[in-house]
Amino acid sequence: MKKNIKYLAGLCLMALGMSSCEYDNYDEPKLLFDGNIVYNGEPIGVSYNDVYFQLWEEGWQTFGNIGVAIDQDGSFSSLLFAGDYKLIIPADQGPFMNLTNQESGSDTIPLNINGSMNMDIEVLPYYMIRNVDISGNSSEVTANFGLEQIITDANARGVNEVVLYLSKTAFVDGRTSISSARLGGGDITDMSSIQLTTGVPDMTPTQGYVFARVGLRIEGVEDMLFSSIERIDF
Amino acid sequence: MKKIILSICACVALFTACNDEEFLTREPQDILLDDQVWESEDLVLSVLADLYNRIPDYQQLDSWWNFTSFDEAFASNAGDYWRHQNQDYGYGDWGMWDYGFIRDLNLFIESAEAADQLDPDVKARFIAEAKFIRAMSYFEHVKRMGGVPLILESLEYDYSGDPTYLQYPRAKEHEIYDFVIEEMEAIKGDLPNGGTKSRATIGAALALETRAALYAASIANYGQMTPNVSLPGEEVGIPASMADGYYTTALNAAEELMGLGTYELYNNDPDPSENFTNVFLNKTANNEVIFAKDYLVQARTHGFTIETIPRSLREENTLGGKLNPSLNLVQSYELLDNTFAPLPTTDENGDPIYYDNPEDIFAGRDPRLAGTVILPGTTFRGSEVDIWAGWKTADGGLITSDQLGGRGELPNGENAQLVGFDGPIPNLEWSAQNGFYIRKYVDTQVGSGQRGTGSGVWWIRFRYAEVLLNAAEAAFELGDNAKAAEYMNQVRRRAGMPIDLAPSEITFDRIIHERKVELCFENHILWDYKRWRLAHRVWNGEAVPLTNDPGDAEAISTRVFGLNPYKIYAPGTPNHEKWVFEEFLPTPVFNPHRFRLGNYYSQIGDNVLNGNPKIVRNPNH
Repeated sequence: MKKNIKYLAGLCLMALGMSSCEYDNYDEPKLLFDGNIVYNGEPIGVSYNDVYFQLWEEGWQTFGNIGVAIDQDGSFSSLLFAGDYKLIIPADQGPFMNLTNQESGSDTIPLNINGSMNMDIEVLPYYMIRNVDISGNSSEVTANFGLEQIITDANARGVNEVVLYLSKTAFVDGRTSISSARLGGGDITDMSSIQLTTGVPDMTPTQGYVFARVGLRIEGVEDMLFSSIERIDF
Repeated sequence: MKKIILSICACVALFTACNDEEFLTREPQDILLDDQVWESEDLVLSVLADLYNRIPDYQQLDSWWNFTSFDEAFASNAGDYWRHQNQDYGYGDWGMWDYGFIRDLNLFIESAEAADQLDPDVKARFIAEAKFIRAMSYFEHVKRMGGVPLILESLEYDYSGDPTYLQYPRAKEHEIYDFVIEEMEAIKGDLPNGGTKSRATIGAALALETRAALYAASIANYGQMTPNVSLPGEEVGIPASMADGYYTTALNAAEELMGLGTYELYNNDPDPSENFTNVFLNKTANNEVIFAKDYLVQARTHGFTIETIPRSLREENTLGGKLNPSLNLVQSYELLDNTFAPLPTTDENGDPIYYDNPEDIFAGRDPRLAGTVILPGTTFRGSEVDIWAGWKTADGGLITSDQLGGRGELPNGENAQLVGFDGPIPNLEWSAQNGFYIRKYVDTQVGSGQRGTGSGVWWIRFRYAEVLLNAAEAAFELGDNAKAAEYMNQVRRRAGMPIDLAPSEITFDRIIHERKVELCFENHILWDYKRWRLAHRVWNGEAVPLTNDPGDAEAISTRVFGLNPYKIYAPGTPNHEKWVFEEFLPTPVFNPHRFRLGNYYSQIGDNVLNGNPKIVRNPNH
């Protein structure tokens, strides 16, 4: 009998455990908020998992934010609940400066999410990488490109270096590169026409392609600016 | 009837027991009250001992794994492989916000000042010691977090519902350094000169002062290279104009310590490598140690030796061999002629160099190398340490085993040992996976590798060689190369380097390098690289090969490399049973380390920020 009671008690607890979830769980967030970080409508490439913006929603007891990472091609997406959010790109994030939002009068972007929403966020990059042409074969890869300086006023910053990275996968930056070529900012003679060439190393297992893109490191800015990723088959 | 008697008894008991007011004010039998403690020197000392014990360290003997987070060492323990596989350091890593400890220290100081039954000299010394520990704690905070609220009294909540008067803003970064420096100047007169190494002395106060001033100076000097790592309120970042002042303070404090005459470089053994090892092991005739956390065998011990002793010499059936110094570190020890060179594994044509004995490749290097690292072909505790990775045949084929000391057949049919009893074998935990074992701080005493006994080797927080190097760096930055060379050469001469450096040879790279090889595995590398603003350049997240220029302070070093010694199998040729070496990347090392700008100052927890709106965030988080 004693055993039975314990058994029954256990069953009751289990039943309680399984049914109780109905009461304390919310539905998962369903509204898709996505878009790109852009300059004049053109997405800005960055390295993966490095550049974030923050979404703050007021009215909660503990104050925290939702960090949304910007993908390599400048896109982002996040699933949210309906509500009023404030979007902030922290000042030290990304190879760009924030624009003043007309509605809030600061760089904070007010956001009302009541359905799925697609929005591009305009920012002011220090530079843009222009006319990128990357080509190569199984022994070496060459990139031709130019730099356009966008911010030329008191906030202008110099070029620290430009780098051509090769990677085995579609994640391309210094962390994953298997070969790179770099040119210091002081060694650039013509900003409109820069050439970088780097060799293709042996890969294990062998593969008939690499991914490549060029990156620009700006003086005093941690996050690099990147061109779009090119796949080179050979 | 029984019931009535019982009720009467109960009533009597009830009425008499509570009658006495003193029942509620009795002295407890099992704990000591504050006033009782402050009547007795011995009891105060035991409270103080607890405070000493709580001085925080990041890398320490009882947390060997923290030594493997950078490029100094490889962790030969599956549970720690992630240290070589994570790309980024967390923003919260090595963070600290320990106001519980600071409150305890403040309470101690307040009680000591109020105590009236202690001898005045003893009382002054107790107060000075607590202030020393408090300064150590603030120094530990500032080097991790930048400026923190400077609270020098115990805070009490008045239960009014309004805690705002307890909310202190962060002090400027340099104000915390100033506090440490001024506090040491103020209390050093109350401390004894020598006589103890585990309690505060004049020497310990001056050693803390010179280190703190040097840190502040280099943040002021090199912080300009990372303008993003600063806050407008100077909670983080020190103005460049303050650099020279701090360098002067650092130099003066170091020279005052030298002038005490209490401390000297340890120089008791004729063999320089042996001598260097014994700096850390010898606890009796050792005037180099200024301040240490002492462990005594069989009273309080630590397991550093148990965890790191070479596999074939271990005294427990499990554990051992977990901390493998990296080839990056090993090759940065310079040659005896003061030049730098990678370990010569191949000649100019790219052909392997054949060595008669495995230790020959390390010949002619700084003796500190053999005093810090157990190299292939050398001995430890009088026994040979057997590190080799297998046989290499003439056509480059490899004959090896996946068991330590495993045996098998050679091509000629002979049954032979195919790999060392100490490794390296890829992915085999607790062996020399990258070809080296740590020697610094590993106890040579038999029994110290057993759980029951453990090692009593002490953890040295300040030693004389560091003070000399602090002075050398400060003098160099102030433009006095002659003085810098003099101090640095003292350390190098003791190390066994035969040729002095000329004043013109003292460069920034030399200073970095000297600290790297002299002070490795002593909880310096992270703080040094942070204050020089080198961390984000050396650990920049790029997977580059091992540098060929080990003397270059800015050479990228993000992955830990190893060195495989192979025995040559070529019967009938002169190379048979000779040795060749190959650099390699241990298989668990996937990803390069990346130190981001946000790592320079650790993240302040959301609980702290939510609780006190006056606290500003650290930059880049």
